[in-house]
Amino acid sequence: MINKFKTADEAVAGVKDGMTIMVGGFLGTGSPEIIMDALVRKGVKHLTVIGNDGGLPVGTYGAKTARGIGKLLEAGMVDHIIASHVGMNPLIGDGMIAGTLKCTLVPQGTLAEKIRAANYGLGGVLTPTGVGTPMQDELDELGRQKKVVEIEGKKYLFEMPLRADYAFCRASICDEFGNFRCDKATKNFNYVMAGAADHVIIAAEKVVGVGEVDPDTFEAPGVVVEAIVKGEPKWQI
Amino acid sequence: MADLKERIARRCAKEFKDGDFINLGIGLPTQVANYLPEGVTVTLHSENGFAGLDAAAEPGKEDVDVINSGGAYVTTVDHVKFFDTATSFGLVRGGHVKATVLGAMEVAENGDLANWIVPGKKVAGMGGAMDLCAGCPEVIIVMLHTQKGAHKILKKCTLPLTAERCVSKIITEMGVMNVTPEGLVLTELHPDYSLDDIKAATGCELIVSPDLKAMEEE
Repeated sequence: MINKFKTADEAVAGVKDGMTIMVGGFLGTGSPEIIMDALVRKGVKHLTVIGNDGGLPVGTYGAKTARGIGKLLEAGMVDHIIASHVGMNPLIGDGMIAGTLKCTLVPQGTLAEKIRAANYGLGGVLTPTGVGTPMQDELDELGRQKKVVEIEGKKYLFEMPLRADYAFCRASICDEFGNFRCDKATKNFNYVMAGAADHVIIAAEKVVGVGEVDPDTFEAPGVVVEAIVKGEPKWQI
Repeated sequence: MADLKERIARRCAKEFKDGDFINLGIGLPTQVANYLPEGVTVTLHSENGFAGLDAAAEPGKEDVDVINSGGAYVTTVDHVKFFDTATSFGLVRGGHVKATVLGAMEVAENGDLANWIVPGKKVAGMGGAMDLCAGCPEVIIVMLHTQKGAHKILKKCTLPLTAERCVSKIITEMGVMNVTPEGLVLTELHPDYSLDDIKAATGCELIVSPDLKAMEEE
C-alpha cells in the first residue's frame, strides 16, 4: 500500500511563494499546527490563505503562541486572506490599514459552500445569503462581479467555487490510508477542504493501522489525502 | 442599564417553546438562555459546529476541542450533535434553525437589518451573521431602543445591510414590535413609557396594534 507518511517539512516542501492554500480550523481550533509551524520554518511568502478567520494571536484564550493561520500572519507570509471573520486577530486590520494585506470577506456559510463546490465539482452555488448587502456589489476574491439570479421570485447570489493549491487539515484520528475524523468542534472546515485543492495534507493527532478500527470511525475519505503528518499535539492551554 | 437589558432578555425568552432549535448571538442575546420559562428546553445552535450549546466551561475543566462561535471554551448538553461548517449552515439556510436572536445597529421598518459594519471603522467581518439573517425563519432583534437618544429603528437603514427584509420582531426596553407587510406594529408597550415616548424614540411610523398589551417582564 502507498506510504503517505511525511514529516511536516516534507509535506510543505512543494509550497511556493504566491500559492493559494486553505487551512482548516475555527479561531485555531481544528487547525493543523505542526504544518503551520513547518510553513513558518520554510518562510514561504506572498500566500493567499483561505480559512474561516485569521486564527488567534498570542495570548487569546490562554494561547501561548499564535494559533492556526495566526502563525502565518505573525510571520508576514500572507498577502491576501479570504475569510469570514477577521476581528479576533488585530494583525489583519493592521495589515489592511498598512496596505500590506488584502482581505476578502465571505459569509461563513457561503465560504463553506464555495469550497465544497470546488471539492465536489459544482460550477458554483446559489445562496440567499448576502442579497441586498455589500456582498452583492463587491467583487469576489478573484475580482469578478457577482451575478444575482432570481428563481421563482426569490433572489440568490451565484457564488463561484473556491480552490487552492494546498489544503491543510487537522485530523483527531486517521488510519494509514488517510481516512480521517475530526472530533467535536474541530470539524469545521476540515471536511470540505479535504478535496478542494491539488494537494491535501492532514496532520493527525492519532494514527491507527488500516483495518485496526471500525471503518465507520472515519468521516472523510482517505482517497483524497496525499500525505499524513503524524504528531499533531492536542492543544494545550 | 443592566436591569433594562435583563428586561429585554426576559421578554425575549418567552418567544420560545419546548424543543425549539435557536441561535443566540454574542452579548445580550446570550443572556436570553438564562430566562427560559419553566419546562422549556431549547437546543442552542453554535454555528462553528454543533447543536446543543450549554454553559461556559469551568476553568481547568475545558475540553480544547469544544469552543463556541466566539472561540470561548464551552460545555454541551447530553443530546449534542457536532457537525462541520457545511452542515451547520445547511441547517441555517434550510430554515431548520427556527430563530436567531441578535443585536442591531439599525433596523428598518421593512425588516432590513444592519449590524455588521460601520464604514471607516476597523472591519471584523460578518462571520455567520448574514447566513443566519438570510436563513432563519425568525430574526429577533434585542436591543436598547435608541443609541443614547439617536434613533436605531428607522424608515431606511443608513449602514450597509446584513440582510434585507429579515427581521420579524424587535424587543427593546420600551416595547415589542412586529415587522408586518403594513409596517412596524407595536404589540406591547412597557408601563414605564407612554405611546408618545416610544413614538418619539422611533425613527419611522409605529402602527399601534388594536390589541396593544402591557410588556410584562415575568
